[in-house]
Amino acid sequence: MNFDRLKEKLEILADAAKYDVSCSSSGGTRKNKKGALGDSSPSGICHTYTEDGRCVSLLKILLTNHCIYDCAYCVSRSSNDIKRAAFTVEEVVDLTINFYRRNYIEGLFLSSGIFKNADTTMERLVRVAKKLRLEENFNGYIHLKSIPGASDDLMQEAALYADRLSVNIEIPTESGLKLLAPEKNRQDMISPMRYIQKGIIQYKDEKKILKKVPKFAPAGQSTQMIVGATNENDLQIIKVADHFYKNFNLKRVYYSGYVPVLEDQRLPSLTTEVPMLRENRLYQSDWLMRFYGFKAEEILDPNMPFLDLEVDPKLSWALRNLDQFPINLQTAEYQLILRIPGIGVKTAQKIVSARRFQILTIDHLKKLGAAVNRAKYFIDFNAGNAYLRYLTDKNFRRLLIGGSSSKFHNQFSQQLTLF
Amino acid sequence: MTTLLYDGSFDGLLTAVFEVFEYRYKDVEIASKERFHQENIFAEIHEVITQTDKSERVLNKLEQNIGKPGIYKLLKVFLSEDPDLENLTLSAVRQSVKHPEDNILENFADSDVLKISKICKSVDRERHRMTAFVRFEKMKDDVFFAKIDPDFNVLPLIRKHFKDRYQDQKWMIYDLRRNYGLFYDLDDCEFFYPDEKIDLHHYQQKFHDEEKNYQVLWQRYFTKTNIVERKNIKLHIQHVPKRYWKYLTEKW
Repeated sequence: MNFDRLKEKLEILADAAKYDVSCSSSGGTRKNKKGALGDSSPSGICHTYTEDGRCVSLLKILLTNHCIYDCAYCVSRSSNDIKRAAFTVEEVVDLTINFYRRNYIEGLFLSSGIFKNADTTMERLVRVAKKLRLEENFNGYIHLKSIPGASDDLMQEAALYADRLSVNIEIPTESGLKLLAPEKNRQDMISPMRYIQKGIIQYKDEKKILKKVPKFAPAGQSTQMIVGATNENDLQIIKVADHFYKNFNLKRVYYSGYVPVLEDQRLPSLTTEVPMLRENRLYQSDWLMRFYGFKAEEILDPNMPFLDLEVDPKLSWALRNLDQFPINLQTAEYQLILRIPGIGVKTAQKIVSARRFQILTIDHLKKLGAAVNRAKYFIDFNAGNAYLRYLTDKNFRRLLIGGSSSKFHNQFSQQLTLF
Repeated sequence: MTTLLYDGSFDGLLTAVFEVFEYRYKDVEIASKERFHQENIFAEIHEVITQTDKSERVLNKLEQNIGKPGIYKLLKVFLSEDPDLENLTLSAVRQSVKHPEDNILENFADSDVLKISKICKSVDRERHRMTAFVRFEKMKDDVFFAKIDPDFNVLPLIRKHFKDRYQDQKWMIYDLRRNYGLFYDLDDCEFFYPDEKIDLHHYQQKFHDEEKNYQVLWQRYFTKTNIVERKNIKLHIQHVPKRYWKYLTEKW
């Protein structure tokens, strides 16, 4: 193997793949077979973090950055004058195995520019996964990017060897997609997703009757959309995510704040800052839907279709629904305790557990890990709570914001000066 | 005040706990021989001789009351090497004996239980980081070798993880601080305790011929997968604390 050439390819094809934000290696249930390589733990492992703070758990590369499409937001688009490269199947397999053996990674995330057509590209991706599983006895994690427009047969094969499949829907609205990627259409993205979804349901049904059914995309599907490249609002984005969670049983929806890398009159200018805080708020909203039992409609008010940049979405909901508070810590249901600003999933569980032993006070709450500076205004203790008098204060919002500082405050200050 | 001195092993600690009940000591502390410096000149010393039948009786009782997960938590407290570990363990056992119906480790409003829970969280975090940050280097004899230096003694907690994961390669993980390691030879996976510290001089000369190449590939990958426009060093250091950097191939 020519090391210098391999290094050059890796540099080009890692660089081109880095904008895909999915990094999860979780949900895998692949156990090692006797004497083979690799074992996926359900929680996944981040093996390192880039200097931008993102997790590295998979070798995330493109098979090739040659692409027949010319999507405005993509660095690999055909009209962009950049160095092109393509890995061979053997090279990807060799890198994956050798990185895995050294405990650098949990597995492979393989995506690709579209060379020739969808099926040729998809077929090559599948071949990598197949070789890893069948020839190398590899039980690590494999995430394959489904190529829009790929045929059902190839999707079927992909799901047999990969743990997770994903199709990026790229732009949250169809009109935005038309503008920036006129050659692509939403339907081509959705149909492989629909095929896999049906397959997963069928797998679960068969599993109930038969003992041995080959695994079918055991870690499910995910997707991502770029935020801030077109002028969609947050309500639209949350609705799209909700639609995919509900109708496609997606495991994750990722949000990728648009990084301006290309000059194009249809796109925000190159000097536009990456909308990090907005992206963060979207992830917080996503968490509320997946772990806190919030409905999409509760997160944003249709009259105010953008997420509040000053306060997190849970606090924002609380401020719009003050009549739901105070919540009694000693007696309220777990689901309600989860709705108290400043109390996360783990703290809520600890509260429900500890209150069986004794009456809780604000001191306990602090020790259990709640953000008491926020939580204290929304809680009723059995012994009463002096902070509750602020709940009806007309300057309550200001008081709350004064008592906390955002971690984004200095770093991404530009967005905050909008207020 | 009575001080029970034990040999520093988990079984020894549980034997000591057993004897606290056996001899009905009230005002008592347990200390490891190695770390014990007598401060209280009025304390009476009671030497504990490790007896597995006694430690097992404690374990059985605990298993009934707080279950295997509870015992696992106490093991983590032991591996934390926290200066207060003996007395926290004793406190947990005492409470558990007093309230056999409850899982007292869930009473987070109790200060000892909360401390146990915090120690477990720290140890778990370190354990998880060791599954993430161990970097194997392939040596001339085809053994994949890794050096670690964790704040807590987590090697026993990661044995199964690596054993399950790497079944077709020989590997070794060596704790530089505590001077012992774990070796898998394609059949067995056992701890080893060298008499002298392993000599790491000219260590890189013992690398397999291909090792340096894969290290360079990984370093280039690490650099290229970063998005410069989103640089956030504070977050980076929060995730990858500097104390681990010296063992991370990508932080050369």
